[in-house]
Amino acid sequence: MILYVISVGLSVTMGLMGFINLAHGVFAMAGGFILSTAMARFGLPFPLAVLVAFVVVSAGSIVLERLLYSRLYAAGELAQVLFSIGLILISMALARLVYGNLAAPVFLPDYLRGQVHILGRDFPTYRVFLIMFSALLIAALWFGVERTRWGAMVRAAVDNRAMAQSVGINTRQLFMATFALGSGLAGLGGALGADILPVQWSYPFEHLVYFLIVVAVGGLGSLRGPFVAALLIGVADTACKYWIPEFGAFLIYVATMAILLWRPMGLFGVRA
Amino acid sequence: MVASALETQQLCKSFGALTVADHIDFRLAPGARHALIGPNGAGKTTFVNMLTGAIAPSSGRILLGGEDITKVNQAARVRRGLGRTFQITSLFRKLPVLDNVALGIAERDGVAPRMWKPASKHKEIIDEAAHLLATLGLSADARTPVQDLPYGRQRLVEIAIALGLKPGVLLLDEPAAGVPSQDSGHVLDVLAGLPPDIAILIIEHDMDLVFRFASRITVLVQGQVLVEGAPQEIAADRRVRDVYLGEATHA
Amino acid sequence: MSGYTSDPRIRPQELLPWIIAIAAFFLLPEYLSLGARVLVYILFALSLDLILGYAGIITLGHSAFFGLGAYTAGILGAKYGVTDPFLQLLAAALAAALLGISTGAVILRTKALTLLMLTLAITSIVLEIANKASSLTGGADGLSGVQVAPILGLFKFDLFGRTAFIYCLVALFLGWLLIRRLLYSPFGAMLTGIRENTARMHAVGAPVYWRLVLVYTLSATMAGVAGALLTQVNQFVGLNVLGLEPSGDLLVMLILGGVGRLYGAFVGPVVYLIAQDYLAKQYPEYWYFGIGVLLVVVVLFARGGILGLVDQWWQALSRRSSSARASAR
Repeated sequence: MILYVISVGLSVTMGLMGFINLAHGVFAMAGGFILSTAMARFGLPFPLAVLVAFVVVSAGSIVLERLLYSRLYAAGELAQVLFSIGLILISMALARLVYGNLAAPVFLPDYLRGQVHILGRDFPTYRVFLIMFSALLIAALWFGVERTRWGAMVRAAVDNRAMAQSVGINTRQLFMATFALGSGLAGLGGALGADILPVQWSYPFEHLVYFLIVVAVGGLGSLRGPFVAALLIGVADTACKYWIPEFGAFLIYVATMAILLWRPMGLFGVRA
Repeated sequence: MVASALETQQLCKSFGALTVADHIDFRLAPGARHALIGPNGAGKTTFVNMLTGAIAPSSGRILLGGEDITKVNQAARVRRGLGRTFQITSLFRKLPVLDNVALGIAERDGVAPRMWKPASKHKEIIDEAAHLLATLGLSADARTPVQDLPYGRQRLVEIAIALGLKPGVLLLDEPAAGVPSQDSGHVLDVLAGLPPDIAILIIEHDMDLVFRFASRITVLVQGQVLVEGAPQEIAADRRVRDVYLGEATHA
Repeated sequence: MSGYTSDPRIRPQELLPWIIAIAAFFLLPEYLSLGARVLVYILFALSLDLILGYAGIITLGHSAFFGLGAYTAGILGAKYGVTDPFLQLLAAALAAALLGISTGAVILRTKALTLLMLTLAITSIVLEIANKASSLTGGADGLSGVQVAPILGLFKFDLFGRTAFIYCLVALFLGWLLIRRLLYSPFGAMLTGIRENTARMHAVGAPVYWRLVLVYTLSATMAGVAGALLTQVNQFVGLNVLGLEPSGDLLVMLILGGVGRLYGAFVGPVVYLIAQDYLAKQYPEYWYFGIGVLLVVVVLFARGGILGLVDQWWQALSRRSSSARASAR
């Protein structure tokens, strides 16, 4: 589910805006660190700290978008790939300088620890919370993209930017907002997931492949896609490691290849 | 009966509920100077794209020199002698004019996959390209990158690449589009000077050019062939006038 | 630089890298091991430039071929007693070529993000295999004890890396000659055509897909040879030759040097590896930071990389001097 929250943000920027942003994990890492800092240093309660992570990451991403990303919307894929690799390296170095080699500690509040009984079985409370939270988020995003004016405008702008501009949509602001949302979601995912996927300096690079798989397999520009893909990858990965550990991550890549060759646009890809 | 250079039989294309080509039977005679006209949205571009293989028809057949090429891909159709120019100039913008033409000639000659002898030592390719450029009045620009040429000349390079393929059938998709009116005369001269054995289908909005160049005209309206005939027949046809005048009054 | 209108003769400045390399051999004897590694990476970068800079194929998986070549040579030398260096190179080249043609034939029908992901998946799969098949590859510990017999039975690989340096230099020189020849040929011109305007190449009748598979295989073969050279020089193979990281490093080197200009593949690895040798050990944070900043700057302001900048300065200089001459008249 964490993969989903992070990846759906990536799907928003990559799919809706058509920008190959490998540096997405950076925003997730930032979210995790901000959460940790906010709680440990400033003693903020967990929900508030999560909110802070989301807001700060969004705000930070707007600055980056204006200063750097926006120059590359029209550039080729290669430039975008390289640029985002550059950002990853910079952020990793900074994170290591500030936070050292250790993972950022996260202290869950008591009410999210422990176990809950559901249908006679025990589940860790936090995971149940995450699943519910993600479900809510999916619903909200789906509503946002499919049913609101903003969603319609984004879809129009992506389809045909010049046309959208000529009917009076401010694509500049729109893309900025979309980018902020995508990054903010990454930050949110990083923060919420910090307990399960430990946040440390190598984070953007380590998990890059997973995020990318989820988006590529799910298909660009769809919300359902990354959701199904994250679920698929998560389940398959766990199952593989449990049943046939000797194959490790092997099967994930094979599955990715198979799916991409079968459906080059991803399972729910919309853009040809 | 003489075999046709290019022929379509009951060619159809629909996108969902929208039918853009409706059972088109079309025949291009060997050595023909044939024009395809029609109001905007008549399906001319779709028709051309089906001929070149850029999109697949929903049903029907396409024959090139009597052979069914409906399932043959774009590049293979070119190798069988179906050349085309693009409505919107599509060139190797950073490369010199000569290279633009030479790349095509090398493909036709089968030289393109060779990896050892330097390209600039393939004199046969270069000479042929230079000769072709000379016939189009482009010699002076041979070493200029295409992107530095005025648009009218780029249209000529577009034609030069197609001619370099020595096609038996040539599709010219609005060769004069975007060319300033004082230069379109030059385009017409070039077209008039093309080898007579090439069958040419021209899609063009410039009626002046169409009526001076073509000896046969097909009018396409709403995906169907409205009428086909010699220029004077078309000019006298009431239905054609209605279509064009109707469009003119609405515009 | 390639094409029907360009002069294929070797210009004097193209000899510069070789002069520098030979000078380095005599003047910097204590750095020859590093030097040999640089030479190997130049060959690797050349192979990437062929598909990225000329054919326009973006890949994050070029390490698959490098790594496969490295392990092929390593396994032969350590487990099967095949110690002749040329046999090892040949086997590595064949293995990489096979992987290149089989994966290329499958993935080159796709493009953009999908292609990028597929290349990444392939190198990750090879990495996983190398990791798990530890009886053959040594797994995470790496494969040590790779035996390499003296070259031609005469020149032993010595401790100071003298033989290794010359050996790699010769290999690189041959690779360079081959690639240069290829780029100036009609095939090279055709590749440029595909990069500049793929749709147009279709429309002049080029079987674009097969051409891409061919050049991809050639490039893979060369990367495989580079990998085998690295194994022979180090007499060791580790997992770090596979996966995303070496692919990313290579891409960075090539970008820094300048893509699609042949000599960018020379400049990039030299600058990158020497800087890494100095900086990365002492200040790893600053190293990544610096490379990151450099990448961003190159992408935003200097698309041609270091060589692109040199070109611009050179042009500016010659323009100034010619205008100075004009005004003097």
